Amino acid sequence: MVAASSRKRKGKIRWSKLYSFAACFRPLTSKERLAARELICQPGFSRVVFCNEPHLHKRKPYKYPYNYISTTKYNVLTFLPRALFEQFRRVANFYFLLAAIFSLFSLAPFSRASLIAPLVFVVGISMLKEAVEDWHRFLQDLDVNNRTVKTHISNGVFVDKLWKELRVGDVVKVNKGEYFPSDLLLLSSGNEDGVCYVETMNLDGETNLKIKRCLEASLCLNEDEEFSKFKATVHCEDPNSNLYTFVGNIEFEKESYPLSPSQLLLRDSKLRNTDYIYGVVIFSGHDTKAVRNSTRSPSKRSRIERKMDHIIYILFSMLVLVSSFGSLLYLRQDMVDWWYLQLPDDNKVNDLDDSNSEKYDDRFFNPSKPVQSAGLQFIRALILYGYLIPISLYVSIEVVKVLQTMLINKDIELYDDVTCKSVQARTSNLNEELGQVEMILSDKTGTLTCNQMEFRKCSIAGVSYGGDITEVDLAASMRMNADFEPFEFSIDETDGATRSFEPFEFSVSSFSAQNGNARLTKTEGPNWIHGSNLFDITMFFRVMALCHTGIPLEDDNHKMDKLSYEAESPEEVSFLIASQEFGFQFCRRTQSLMVLREFDPSSMKEVEREYKLLNLLEFSSSRKRMSVIVSNEDGQIFLLCKGADSIIFDRLADNGRAYEQATTMHLSSYAEDGLRTLAFAYRTIEAAEYESWNTIFTQAKATIGPEREELLEQASETIEKDLILLGVVAVEDKLQKGVPECIDKLAQAGLKIWLLTGDKRETAINIGFACSLLRQDMKQFHLSLSRDAESNNQVKDMKEDILQQIESSYKMVCEERNKEAPFGLVIDGKALEIALRGDVKDEFLQLAVNCASVICCRVSPKQKALITRLVKQYTGKTTLAIGDGANDVGMIQEADIGVGISGMEGMQAVMASDFSLPQFRFLERLLIVHGHWCYQRISKMVLYFVYKNVAFGLTLFYYELYTSFSGEVLYDDWYMTMFNVMLTSLPVIALGVLEQDVSSDICLQQFPALYQQGPRNVHFSWSRIIGWILNGVVSSLVIFLANIYILSPTAMRENGFVADIDSLGATTYTCIIWTVNCQIALITSHFTWIQHLSIWGSILLWYIFLLVYGALPPNFSGNAFQVLVEGIGPAPLYWMITVLVVVVSLLPYFIHIVIQRSYFPMDDHIIQEMEQCYKKYDVRDNEMWVREQRNSQRSTRIGFSARVDAKILSFNQQLQQKKLSIYRSVTNSPIYRSITTSPFS
Amino acid sequence: MTDTDRGRSRDRESGFMSVILIFLFIGVIFIPVGLVTLRASHSAIAHSLALVVEIVKRYDIGCVPKPFRINKVSYIQDDSIPKNCSLSFKVPKYMKAPIDIYYQLDNYYQNHRRYIKSRSDQQLLRGRKYHDTITCHPVEFSNDQHILPWGDREELKVNRKNIAWKSDWEHKFGKNVYPFNFQNGTVIGGGKLKPRIPLSDQEDLIVWMHTSALPSFQKLYGRIEMDLDVDNVVVVHLMNNYNTFSFGGKKKLVLSTTSWLGGKNDFLGLAYVFIGSSSVTVAVFITLLHLLSPR
Repeated sequence: MVAASSRKRKGKIRWSKLYSFAACFRPLTSKERLAARELICQPGFSRVVFCNEPHLHKRKPYKYPYNYISTTKYNVLTFLPRALFEQFRRVANFYFLLAAIFSLFSLAPFSRASLIAPLVFVVGISMLKEAVEDWHRFLQDLDVNNRTVKTHISNGVFVDKLWKELRVGDVVKVNKGEYFPSDLLLLSSGNEDGVCYVETMNLDGETNLKIKRCLEASLCLNEDEEFSKFKATVHCEDPNSNLYTFVGNIEFEKESYPLSPSQLLLRDSKLRNTDYIYGVVIFSGHDTKAVRNSTRSPSKRSRIERKMDHIIYILFSMLVLVSSFGSLLYLRQDMVDWWYLQLPDDNKVNDLDDSNSEKYDDRFFNPSKPVQSAGLQFIRALILYGYLIPISLYVSIEVVKVLQTMLINKDIELYDDVTCKSVQARTSNLNEELGQVEMILSDKTGTLTCNQMEFRKCSIAGVSYGGDITEVDLAASMRMNADFEPFEFSIDETDGATRSFEPFEFSVSSFSAQNGNARLTKTEGPNWIHGSNLFDITMFFRVMALCHTGIPLEDDNHKMDKLSYEAESPEEVSFLIASQEFGFQFCRRTQSLMVLREFDPSSMKEVEREYKLLNLLEFSSSRKRMSVIVSNEDGQIFLLCKGADSIIFDRLADNGRAYEQATTMHLSSYAEDGLRTLAFAYRTIEAAEYESWNTIFTQAKATIGPEREELLEQASETIEKDLILLGVVAVEDKLQKGVPECIDKLAQAGLKIWLLTGDKRETAINIGFACSLLRQDMKQFHLSLSRDAESNNQVKDMKEDILQQIESSYKMVCEERNKEAPFGLVIDGKALEIALRGDVKDEFLQLAVNCASVICCRVSPKQKALITRLVKQYTGKTTLAIGDGANDVGMIQEADIGVGISGMEGMQAVMASDFSLPQFRFLERLLIVHGHWCYQRISKMVLYFVYKNVAFGLTLFYYELYTSFSGEVLYDDWYMTMFNVMLTSLPVIALGVLEQDVSSDICLQQFPALYQQGPRNVHFSWSRIIGWILNGVVSSLVIFLANIYILSPTAMRENGFVADIDSLGATTYTCIIWTVNCQIALITSHFTWIQHLSIWGSILLWYIFLLVYGALPPNFSGNAFQVLVEGIGPAPLYWMITVLVVVVSLLPYFIHIVIQRSYFPMDDHIIQEMEQCYKKYDVRDNEMWVREQRNSQRSTRIGFSARVDAKILSFNQQLQQKKLSIYRSVTNSPIYRSITTSPFS
Repeated sequence: MTDTDRGRSRDRESGFMSVILIFLFIGVIFIPVGLVTLRASHSAIAHSLALVVEIVKRYDIGCVPKPFRINKVSYIQDDSIPKNCSLSFKVPKYMKAPIDIYYQLDNYYQNHRRYIKSRSDQQLLRGRKYHDTITCHPVEFSNDQHILPWGDREELKVNRKNIAWKSDWEHKFGKNVYPFNFQNGTVIGGGKLKPRIPLSDQEDLIVWMHTSALPSFQKLYGRIEMDLDVDNVVVVHLMNNYNTFSFGGKKKLVLSTTSWLGGKNDFLGLAYVFIGSSSVTVAVFITLLHLLSPR
């Protein structure tokens, strides 16, 4: 027990020592302190928190909300009014609402039920959907709100309390690995110096841990019992959304101390590497900065749906046109003379007897008030021709989308068996939008990569190890398989870059840096000891094992000879593990000692050596290097340095450049493979030099004030020079499974991919290479602020600087556009901030859009959202944002489609997203297969819907021409109601759910370029829409005219029966049902039994309906009584009309597709045809198939395939050169000359 | 050309063939059907083969005596003047019994909503007592002209039964409803309903109550159960009661035989023939196009 606690104490000491001069610890300068003090109690800084006295916050004026959060849209009370309001904001719904209201006043031509029932149904379904979605949100909130945290109640007793019950002023204890329940003021931590480590990935996406440190005054509060008497008062700023500021002070034991952001622990971040912390709740619930930062997810509508609104407008104006046409004409003056209508006549009004007076209050037909009558008639006509506007379209689309969503969610190919999660479509609104995406904005960490570093290759003393053939080389040579063997040979000889002897024989793939159970198959008695530059190799591993900030974990579960480590970044962990595998095990760290168990080549044994840690020169993004100064047991002082290659190379001594050339070559090949490289170097320091430097350095460390950092940097500068290069290491920021392939397919599908990351530029570029977004022969533009502009801090200068860079880059793009090489753009956060300002952004976006790939690094969550919005606005294209952390939420909400990765922890991104994927790679199938299908389905479905309603609705209008626009309806009410509900709805739903133009395999594997139909919107273009409306007009004309002319005026049966209005109606209606159902059979390209059943079943259903309805007593069936049995059924004419009309009304469309398919085929037509060929002749691997495939890919510029193509090109060039040089050498040889110039020739 | 390329072009070929076959099929089916239809419904093209003979005669103006033709409306509304009139039809061609007698009205909107609203199915089934709502107007104007068809030399037997549907007089028109109080209104069109006969037996009323679909329509009046020979003359005595002059309507009397397709109407047959021959043309056109410029 004693031993354990002492070790714990030691651990604490180490930690505090390590970061002894990290910037965030610097105390506030006096000026800042003053400013903060002045601000307190001013407006905006009025919050008062009584620590440990939450009961004081129950009453005003200090009443703050509980820590309860709610992300739901509605509550029980507001649901009905708000959801109804949302529903009736849709134009069509509003129209139907009006129609339903008019029906109450007997204005409508139809019965009330037939108008109100569908409306209730439509609105009901949509509202139900809203309610279910909101319910899920509520459940998720419930989950979060019901998490527990240890909270102080009294006398130093901590009990579990639900998050939602926390109040401002509560003291809580958070353990390692837990999330903070609200914004806390850090009082003390498990580390003695009050430091704790916080992972803020959910907030800003940065993977590095952040250090927070409590006030010295509250350091002592590190035991439960201490809190029994603890009291303090905090004055601070009001709740706001700024994550990086916090102003306030705390009055504690009659002293006032200023507070800074480094004491504030934010909700949604997580405690790491620290056993526990104590904190007091400052902001709770909706006051927390994380919640304030989150915006309510906007309801998104797909492009097709927005266009559908326009179609509705068109149809509506058609409706108004025909209605007004009718109502202007219907009440002609001479109608008074149509005595049989008994119209009231002014002249005869006096003659009326009482019994008849009731007839004349018919407001529709009152010749004395023509305007009123016409107005009423207009309203009536609006409702009558309402069938032009497909009310059931919305319902059907909702139903179809829900079913589509089910198909997507249930797709077994989208199931990840590692996380046991599947793709979830969280909203069903955007299924078809998935098929129209043109830009993908992707986060890096957690999305493309798994935030794991893996040690892959190294180059020590000019020799590359672990240099296997990269996948690109492999693929390129596979494509050129015939020529592969000679190639490999020749290349190996020419550049030697991939010389692949592996002294350690380590299998690269088999170890992961995270969990420490690396399995590096090192041979006993390493081979490298036989190398010539033994010392350099040893030093290389020492740098690896000593120059870091990690500590070994004392984990009893592990065998003692293999340690696992914890460090600030995963990179360092991977180094430590690798060095352990190579025989340099870092086994202990104390305050000033680092102990290595290293392999001694001379004795061939493992020996334990102690190194005294003299100084540690921090890593920072501006320095891009870190160093340690250590002395070994012999008292020799070394400076061990690791850092970005360019920085290290600048600081090499003249005699330290022995391996520079070879190493540079390796570096570039590593970088090409997307590996992250770091250079290792060292120097020996004389004791005297060290002493003199150390005084300067200590002085600088002791400085307080803004100049401190500068001094430190200068001091470091003076010692980090004259280095001797040892080599470079390459670590792989491990990509998630299938990411490169997925990006490749997406690129082939014509999608542009932008990488937006909060991470460093180098990392971002490396990932760019690893995902083949960048490649070596790509022309890269780097936009960043120059040092001068940055230091000046003048917006104008910065702007000019950026503008100039953009312009010069754009010029280059314009000049070289025709060449093969694509462009890549890399821009960092600061430059981006300038570039996205009003007057620069157009230029910037112009440049960015012209580049094949764009990488934005060090961008804040706000910027991510801003970029997304600007790209969306500027290009007008559909954008998809994909990310996993809370820092991606803005972007996910802003994009047309937001996708969250659900595989990792943290639900914010998923909660904000429209689709959630367990892994990035599923995006491929989601977009290229499901997106494409859904787009096709929905557009076909909408067009067909428009068609069938135009075809049906217009016949009503034509008939009005024959009733002098009196508003009489050709069909029975129930026929009309049945039309959209039963008789034509099922086939169209089947089409919307099951239609496939080509099979998934072909979409995905063979012709991803088919996806381009979506972004180009070929299936829902205005020409198509107009075409279908015209088709509907033609069909309606054919149907109506044929019926009119055939059935009138003579008898339709042998017994002299002349078609009356009911027979005409039933016959016309039969023709319509046949025509629209056969039309859908014509546009369906993928038949299953469901489609057959629904189409032919619908037709059959009509006859059954007519029979049953006609058999009902005349009270119910009215004029449709026995119409089929006694009226039209026995007439051969009826059946002949049906056949004729169906054929004639489908002929125009049929001829159109025959011509189109033969002479102007579209991509899907060709592929369909080829697919049929395939079924017959098995042609998939023949030349033509491959040729078509190749053709469809040609314009790709990023992605793995493009890289392979480029590689093949360069291979070919190399081969050509080789041939040439051989040829030259041969032709230059004297023998050859002697032969050629021989007299015999 | 590789094997599969050939296979593909064979496939293309078969695609074309199927399209051509579809068009040819339509042609082959439609043209004969059209011709049969034309024969059944009387046509100028196949006059000798036609099954249907139709004679139409307009009588509304002809029946107004010359002196009254200046003001036809006042003539027809004047109850004191007898409206008797006789029409003679000359039979152009042998007409086989039964020969249907239709009256035809043009420009008469029986399908006007106001007209349709004014009928009460309840009243027709159960009588005047159901006249209780505003929209249930009684049928105040039965339509008919009293047509009294007489043959030239012998009396033609005109069958006035079985001109309506069985379901109508069984279920829609009351057996116990006598229309004695139906025509109390001011507006009475032509003839009077017979107050002593139940509605279900007044088949001419039932036929009339089958609302016409279009403003120009024929309605069956009765059947002549007797063949008529060429050049026979049929004289019809009728009462020209019904006022069509106010709204510019026309009244016609039609004698017509029917075939299995009903009365005389070329439209269906012509349409079938036209579509059939168009399909054949299109098939030929596509074939030519394919031969001349294969894709």
